[in-house]
Parts: sequence; structure tokens; C-alpha cells
Amino acid sequence: MNTQNPLLISVLINPEISLDLNLQQWDLLIRQARRSGVLARFGFILEDKGLLSSVPSVALKHIQSTQTYAYQMGMSLKWEIYCIQKVFDTLELPLVFLKGTAYTVANNVASAGRFFSDVDILVPEDKIVEVERALIHGGWKSTHLDAYDQRFYREWMHEIPPMEHVKRHTSIDVHHNILPKTSRFCPNPALLLANIVKVSDKNAWVLSPEDRVIHSATHLFHEGEFDHGFRDLSDLDLLLKEFNTIELFWENLINRAGELDQQLPLYYALRYTSLFFQTPVPNFVLSVSKQWFPNKVHEVSMDWLFCRALMPNHPSCEIFGTGFARWVLYIRSHWIKMPFFLLVPHLCRKGWLRLFEQEEQD
Amino acid sequence: MDSKGILLQIGPFTVRLDSCIEVVNRSVHKLYEGYNFFEEKPDVFIDFYIRIDRPNFYRGYLRSQVQCYVDGITPFKPLPIAQSYPFFEWGLNWIIASHVHYYLLIHAAAVEKNGHVLVLCGEPGAGKSTLCAALASRGWRLFSDEMAVIDLKTNEVIPCVRPISLKNKAIDLIGDFYPGAIFGESFKDTAKGTLSHLKPSKESVKRFEERAFCKWVVFPQYREGSETCLTSIEKDKTVIELAKNSFNYNALGSLGFNSLCDMVERSHCYEFEYSDLNEAITLFDELAC
Repeated sequence: MNTQNPLLISVLINPEISLDLNLQQWDLLIRQARRSGVLARFGFILEDKGLLSSVPSVALKHIQSTQTYAYQMGMSLKWEIYCIQKVFDTLELPLVFLKGTAYTVANNVASAGRFFSDVDILVPEDKIVEVERALIHGGWKSTHLDAYDQRFYREWMHEIPPMEHVKRHTSIDVHHNILPKTSRFCPNPALLLANIVKVSDKNAWVLSPEDRVIHSATHLFHEGEFDHGFRDLSDLDLLLKEFNTIELFWENLINRAGELDQQLPLYYALRYTSLFFQTPVPNFVLSVSKQWFPNKVHEVSMDWLFCRALMPNHPSCEIFGTGFARWVLYIRSHWIKMPFFLLVPHLCRKGWLRLFEQEEQD
Repeated sequence: MDSKGILLQIGPFTVRLDSCIEVVNRSVHKLYEGYNFFEEKPDVFIDFYIRIDRPNFYRGYLRSQVQCYVDGITPFKPLPIAQSYPFFEWGLNWIIASHVHYYLLIHAAAVEKNGHVLVLCGEPGAGKSTLCAALASRGWRLFSDEMAVIDLKTNEVIPCVRPISLKNKAIDLIGDFYPGAIFGESFKDTAKGTLSHLKPSKESVKRFEERAFCKWVVFPQYREGSETCLTSIEKDKTVIELAKNSFNYNALGSLGFNSLCDMVERSHCYEFEYSDLNEAITLFDELAC
């Protein structure tokens, strides 16, 4: 990993390097960071290390530009959360936020400068109808009205079709689990809900630190598209570094992965955060997690795939096989989320629609 | 990117253009004559990368389409190859509007005289580019015909001089009005009809670093046969209209609001109806005295 590390990774591991960069290198660094969605975060890391004042002004304006935008997005997110909380006032349910929104309400380091496309929440499956009805009452409407899509989500997925607010056009994903029902490794969501943590005086809950890491890992390593893969891996790096100080965090993390049947995604998360970012994962944790993954051939192939696919999504970070690796992982993501007899007709339909719609657009 | 790129300074931005399409390179060299072109060197920071090329054999040669690559990604659908050069200009507009949150960007033309900037803001088709081109041909210094760029710290207007994009009838109109006009090629059947670009004056290009404060905000409306009529409007209404016409007001939050308020506070605000360019220019010249 070290010989051909993209500049962005080297600088994230060791921000002091940024002091010695020439303008052409800054140019490349800004592009890599912008494209992978970590430019604003990178700015906060430099600020944290007291290095922001040494950034050349031509590069600094791009960093601050993204930070301005991220700040504004954060403000909108706060308003969105408030609106969802108002809907939940009518329900007697804890409002559990997932992913990026969870990092924000829990004030995790990973939330600084992060962009959001939607809000994700987790509710018990038997309350879905109630929650959906309350959201509709609050001004959200269901998208994907096509009968096939509705069935796809409601019968097989771990969430109902995304809902969009009619006025603000913001989007909310209501989940009842963290993996599709059709997945072989679908965990028992009651276990997740049993450990939730309250993070403010208002109705705002998040998964426990261990579960937040596991969900982040599960999400990333079941993902089929890696546009934000690098950012998501960086999320994991920051979460692990932050929770490192919690007593017995690593022991609990390992146990929890077993309880939730998420050992494989956690193995990947620990392996690739330490490979990419030199995340300080204790050795005993790495060796325990390695036992979850006994097959050497499989390990080498997954390394080959993920070390390409998880790179910053910028042409300068592509090496031989990057496109192929992303394509293989796209197929894999479907493969592990759905059994074969569902997958084949689903992919055929998607492929057909893509061809058909493309022609129509032309 | 194997081709030799064109690096140039466009207003406050350093842009790199790569293209194998001849008309793109030809048009850039003609219309951006006198700009700072430079070599790729370790001490050069490029703000934006843009490439105009055939996407692949099928689309590029069999269907004669081009694609616009923004640092490798493709935010748009391909266009017919005949529109390659306008694609560069549109692509650059998009890049600036979606990446630059360190300036307030308003969809408006801006010209300067005697150290004061006139901002012309209006719906597409309201005649702001025509009016802007006419003013620029009669001694007003061009800042921009497409976006007024405002510094968020000082609230000055920053020149972002580029060729003025004229559409349909306006091309001949300005051609007749300004005999010295130098146009790029005409591009027919674009989404906006026929399009041609007017080369900015040497003076405007040379003084691209000289900023100035806004003094007049005008919402022009061309109406055939109408009298030349300038009407004062309220400042609060002006702020709201400018915000609506801003590319990045929502991304800037209070920074954008404060800057916009300051800009309007120091300006006279008008609605302007016209049909005769000569009368229009006389009126603005008097205003600037």
C-alpha cells in the first residue's frame, strides 16, 4: 500500500507532509479530496493540527469553499432533524438516527465537514406503517411509486422506499434493519434497538458505539457503488480512533460482531482502515478478526478488489484493474444481498430498463 | 490527458482545457486572445479542469457527439459535435457555479464605468447580454455577461471577463450596432438557438484584476417598440430578486445574505424597459457621469 499511495492518503496519515507540497501537488490533493467527498473534512484535520494557516491561499479557498457548503448543509440537517422530531412527538417511539445523521447528532468527529444526501432512521418493523403514516401526515411522500419497486423495497429490502418532503425535497430513508431481509447475514434488529443510546434531551438516539462501527462496516462492505467508498472508509477510521478510548471498546466490538452475524464486514473494516489509514487497531483485535476469514485465496482476491475500489474516486488514483474491481464488487453486492433466484430476474429487469431508458433519452 | 492542455487565467480562476476537437482550440485562441496563457509548472495551481472530447468510438464517430469532462466526471449528456465550443463555455459556467462558494455568484451581467459597476440581472431572454454587449462596445468595461462575482469579504464585484454569448437576433443586432465586433463561429440549433460569442475588448481583458463596487442594480426587459423607461424599485425587493438569481446563495447562508445586502445598500435599483439600444446607452452614460 505504501509505494503507490495516492497523495491524499499520505497526507491524511501524516498531515505534516502538507507543509512540503508545491502548488502542483496541492492542486492534485484538492482534486482527490474533493472528488472523494473529504475536502471539508481534510480542512478540519489540518485545522486540528494547526496546519491550516500554512496552506497556500489558492488551495485554501477551495477548502474553505467546501467547508462553507458543508456548514450550510449541516444547518439544513439540523432543521430537518427538528422537523422529523416533531413528527415523532405524535408517536411513542425513540427516534434512532443512522449513518451520517447519527454522527452529527452524536457529535462524532466523523460528522465534521461531512455531506449528506438524506436522513436515515431505524424503527421496529411492526411500527413501519405507523411511522410512514405519521411522516405522510408531516408532509413526506413515498417515491418509487412503480409497483415493482414498491414490492422490491417492501418485501425484500431493509427499508421502505425513500420518502421525500413535498416542500423541502429532502429525503428520508426509514429502515427496519441494516441489511436486506433477503441477505444471508441479516441480523436481528431487536438486538440493535436494545442497545441504542440517547444523545440529547430531545428525541434523538443512535446505535451504541460498537453498533455504529458495525453498521458503517456492514453498509460499506455490502455496497455496490464506490463513489463514496473512500469517504465511508475514512468515516470508519475516524469512528474507530474516537471510540478507541472507551473502556473495553475493542472486546465489545468483537463480541458484538458475533452476536449480529457481522464478522466479515467488521474484518474488512479493520483490515482496510489499518491498511489505508494506519488506524490503530490493537493487534489482538486484528488477529481475532483474521480467524473469521480463514481462506488465504479469498483474502488475496478481496485485497486486490478493495484496495482498488476503495481508493479516492479520481482518475489519478486509478491503477490497472480499478474499473474491473468496481464492476466485480457491484455484482458481488447484489449477490450477497439477494439469493440467486431473486437476483437474476432483478438484474435482468434493471439491465432492460437501463437500455430502454437510455434509448428514450437519446 | 495526453493532449497538450491549454492553461489560462479567466478572471479569478485558473482553468485547464484539454480538447482534441479543433474548433474548441481554435475558438479559445481567437476569443481569449490577450488572456494569460501559461505552461504547466510545479508552481501553478489549477482551479478547474475541463475536457471536451469524443466519448467513445460509437458516440464520438458514428453519432458525432462530444462529452464534457469535469476533472474526469461527466455531469452532462453528450451533445452534437457541432456544439463542442458552446459546451466548453456551458461546462465552465457549471463548474464555477457548483464549486465556487468563496464568492457570491449572481446570474447577471456586469459592466463598469468611472469606477462603478452596473449589474444587469434578468431572466434568459430579457436582453441582458445584448444590453451588456452594447454597453461594452461603447466604453463600458466588461466584467462578465453571465455571472456577477462578488467578493464575500469586501463585497466588491470581481471581473470574470469571458466572451459574451449572444443568441439568435442579438448576433446581427450587435454586429450592426458595433462594426468593430469580433465574433467567434456561429453555432446553430443549440438548446438556446443560434449562438455566437463576441470577443471582449482588449481593455477589459487587460484590466481583469481591477475590481469595483456595484452602484446600480438594473433588471432590464427588452420589449419591442417600448419607450426607454427606468423605474426605481425598492431595495428589499432587489435583494430577494438577486437572491433568486444567485447560483450559490443557498450554499453560503449568512455570508451570502450579508454580502448581498451590502451590495444593494450601496446601489440604486431600477427596472428598465427598452427597445432602442442607443437610447439605453445614452441613459446609462448620463447615469455614470
